[in-house]
Amino acid sequence: MSSAERVDYQTSPSQYKHWSLSFDGPIATLAANFDENGGLRPGYKLKLNSYDLGVDVELNDAINRIRFEHPEVRTVVLTSLKDKVFCSGANIFMLGVSSHGWKVNFCKFTNETRNGFEDSSKHSGLKFLAAVNGACAGGGYELALACDEILLIDDRSSAVSLPEVPLLGVLPGTGGLTRVTDKRKLRHDLADIFCTVTEGVRGKKAKEWRLVDDVIKASDWGAKVKARALALAEKSDRPSNGKGALLTPILRSIEESALRYANVTVEIDRAKRVATFIVKAPSGAQPTDVTAIEALGASWYPLALARELEDAILSMRTNELDIGLWLIKTEGSAADVLAMDATLMAKKDHWLVRETIGLLRRTFSRLDVSSRSLFALVETNSCFAGTFLELALACDRIYHLALPDDETRAPKITVSDTNFGLYPMVTEQSRLERRFYAEAPAMNALRDAAGRALDADAAFALGLVTSNPDDIDWADETRIAIEERVAMNPDALTGMEANLRFNGVENMFTRVFGRLTAWQNWIFQRPNAVGEKGALKVYGKGDKAAFDWNRV
Amino acid sequence: MSAINYSEKIPNNVNLSEDRTLKRALEQWQPNFVNWWDEIGPVDSTDSEVYLRTATSVDPQGWAQFGHVKMRDYRWGIFLNPTTENRKIHFGDHKGEDAWNDVPGEYRANLRRIIVTQGDTEPASVEQQRHLGLTAPSMYDLRNLYQINVEEGRHLWAMVYLLHKHFGRDGREEGEALLERRSGDENNPRILGAFNEATPDWLAFFMFTYFTDRDGKFQLCALAESAFEPLARTTKFMLTEEAHHMFVGESGVSRVLARTCQVMNELKTDDVTKIRAAGVIDLPTIQRYLNFHFSVTIDLFGADESSNAATFYSSGLKGRYEEGKRTDDHQLRGQTYPVLEARDGQLVEKQVPMLNALNEVLRDDYIKDSIAGVERWNKVLEKNGLPHRLKAPHKAFHRQIGALSGIKVSPDGRVVSDAEWNAMKNEWLATDADRAFVASLMGRVVDAGKFANWIAPPAMGINRNPVDFDYIRFN
Repeated sequence: MSSAERVDYQTSPSQYKHWSLSFDGPIATLAANFDENGGLRPGYKLKLNSYDLGVDVELNDAINRIRFEHPEVRTVVLTSLKDKVFCSGANIFMLGVSSHGWKVNFCKFTNETRNGFEDSSKHSGLKFLAAVNGACAGGGYELALACDEILLIDDRSSAVSLPEVPLLGVLPGTGGLTRVTDKRKLRHDLADIFCTVTEGVRGKKAKEWRLVDDVIKASDWGAKVKARALALAEKSDRPSNGKGALLTPILRSIEESALRYANVTVEIDRAKRVATFIVKAPSGAQPTDVTAIEALGASWYPLALARELEDAILSMRTNELDIGLWLIKTEGSAADVLAMDATLMAKKDHWLVRETIGLLRRTFSRLDVSSRSLFALVETNSCFAGTFLELALACDRIYHLALPDDETRAPKITVSDTNFGLYPMVTEQSRLERRFYAEAPAMNALRDAAGRALDADAAFALGLVTSNPDDIDWADETRIAIEERVAMNPDALTGMEANLRFNGVENMFTRVFGRLTAWQNWIFQRPNAVGEKGALKVYGKGDKAAFDWNRV
Repeated sequence: MSAINYSEKIPNNVNLSEDRTLKRALEQWQPNFVNWWDEIGPVDSTDSEVYLRTATSVDPQGWAQFGHVKMRDYRWGIFLNPTTENRKIHFGDHKGEDAWNDVPGEYRANLRRIIVTQGDTEPASVEQQRHLGLTAPSMYDLRNLYQINVEEGRHLWAMVYLLHKHFGRDGREEGEALLERRSGDENNPRILGAFNEATPDWLAFFMFTYFTDRDGKFQLCALAESAFEPLARTTKFMLTEEAHHMFVGESGVSRVLARTCQVMNELKTDDVTKIRAAGVIDLPTIQRYLNFHFSVTIDLFGADESSNAATFYSSGLKGRYEEGKRTDDHQLRGQTYPVLEARDGQLVEKQVPMLNALNEVLRDDYIKDSIAGVERWNKVLEKNGLPHRLKAPHKAFHRQIGALSGIKVSPDGRVVSDAEWNAMKNEWLATDADRAFVASLMGRVVDAGKFANWIAPPAMGINRNPVDFDYIRFN
């Protein structure tokens, strides 16, 4: 992929084309003013605050900067600088010219950003207020739905709507249907109406139907929005006197077949369609008190790691579509990782530590929803302990090398306190609970084993690893498993992996992703949507969609 | 048995003493194999020293070393035919690419299945034949039985070698399972039907080694074409031994025929009752045995239309018989092949895609080869001046697998009614009474140079030894 085509998830406010970010004490305002001509790809204009991936890359960056650089911010207000329009959702012409893979990856990332609002609101006191001061359609309303509260201007015209079904013949792709019911608790028959009327719902009815929390006259708009923002801020415990951690540019080298960061390396084998992620443990003395941590800021190891890993995952997901299997390896001292974990656990209530844990948590969650096969390889000099073990636990399989004749070189894994709930999946289960269905005997055995360095046989006996081949079997066993995996239908693997990773507990988030991978992947592929006369294809061209009326 | 001196104990050309994977696997497997041999191998044979051919290397001098050994001390070796430098895959989708020296992960499951299925037949036949030693018609024949048994054992080793060397833990588990299944055990049977049938008497044994070991030959020939080089090389070497097994079968039936002809000529009769009364096996009974073994064996080639066969061929795992000598495109797409089906009471040919018909292709190659041997048997009858002839039944006769299963067909290829089948089946297939009669002839004759009444001596002994050589020293 040439550098011009490569999507880069790194940006900074000085480069923003689409969002205006301003601060006023505990309130940050993110105002949408999307540059019509600033699309990431040619072929469409971002009219009426409609967005593409580039807009969301900025949004993700802005939220992270608020999280880390502005600890004093307690409420983020999302609003628009455009007249009469808040946000009209994903750009339809962009969808029309995009490959299916691009659309799905785009939807996945936008979902993660929106889930991130709710994650931050729940875990670290950052509240979100949608100040909907104009038309709010499709993905625009889904953006608002991800906020804690939605205020709608009552100007006799501004409405919230999910017009995907009636207008485009597809479904909302970022959790609209799910949040309307699961979060906003709209009655399902009213939701049925709401989701099938192109014009949406406005004014008093929008509030009665719970689609918004309040409807505010234009004359009161500014004051009321601020009042609600301040009221939300009251619910937050973010500090007014924290020292923000400036998110300095990530140093990385992007090569033809490798991504290299200080703490993460990704090596790509294109012939085999396999990438190897190598995550390196901290080295040298690490700070244990919050003053030193604040002083280090973005170069504090866990934060640096989280940012690098996030960038690597996003880059690989978007830019390396046919690299179907990621091998996860670690390198370094487990003791250093466990020391880091001890600090994370001891200081987890400090705002910066909490935000860092949050970024790690969301980054691990990105692995859970990556449409790639994930195998962890536990080899000599690896350090799958605590936070690093979480990387392995996120994988579909874990291969742990046994060295029965060489106790010192035999790789070990270690369960630490961090594995019991510091990084819950979106299901709110820890990955250990997911692995063992939260069954008491298994969880108790893991508690007993916590802190012990477990060799392959011990880890296998506890069910922590999938396979424990010894050095004689290792090379062939892993090679064959890898070759076998990458030969299978990638679509079936994506479906299977998502199904197995999200076992047991379902909630709003798993439903959002489940719908995306199942319904969306189907409906967006059908001729009724993308055929010659499909609704998505003819949109805006004056043609009427021609449907195959047979129900499937 | 903790430490094995490998080059001593296990003759091999796979560098066994340097290969940790194999050493470790075989250290566990070898004692279990010997236990299996002791438990389910030839009965009452433990102390006998048998004049056996042992392969100690793959060169012409090494592959047939003769000497008296106890069978449990037989040196089951591991041999691959010499490699061809830079061998290319010569059929299927990978045609033209380098042959594989490692299992491609993509084909792991199918390759393992092929090897396990082949491997399973080897110990199965030892189990099927374990009681035959008690009724051997001569010391010479008993020795041949034992030779076949140890070589089937070696062929098991060859397949287990592939599993151990190339399939990791899975392979070791499959290797164990090969020793755990038992021919005819309803709870843990051998994989293929024919290998769960009893081999109750020596006529059945000769028929089995003639027909069913010939199936083995054809399967091995197809595997010897494989893109997976270790499989191709090991099966090529196995073929050198398989020839002897078929020789035992073919010459065994010939000697039975020779003796029967002799009696018929002496008595100047073809009256079955008189022939039986003279203690030899009548020709109709031999024909019915032939019909049974032929039909059961051709079922082993599998369904006449098979997606597995197509997959195995296209992915390069299993070729056709003499693939390398054929002159087509070796990919076979768009080509067709006739298979039989019954329509309106007639057998008719139906063209199906060649790739899906590869089981049928191999079956037809097999039939051609096995019918040639039947003609050599007829030479015995001819030489003895008898007008009778044996005949292989039609390939639709008595089939249990594929489109022809469930259809009643006579040995000459007519679709018949259930009534005709029921009326005639005792004429066509060996009956319990036939088997009881044959069994009644079976008595152990093992003094050197002596032969049971129902079988003629062979023309010559083993390894240029006389017929009355002491092939077995009973201790």
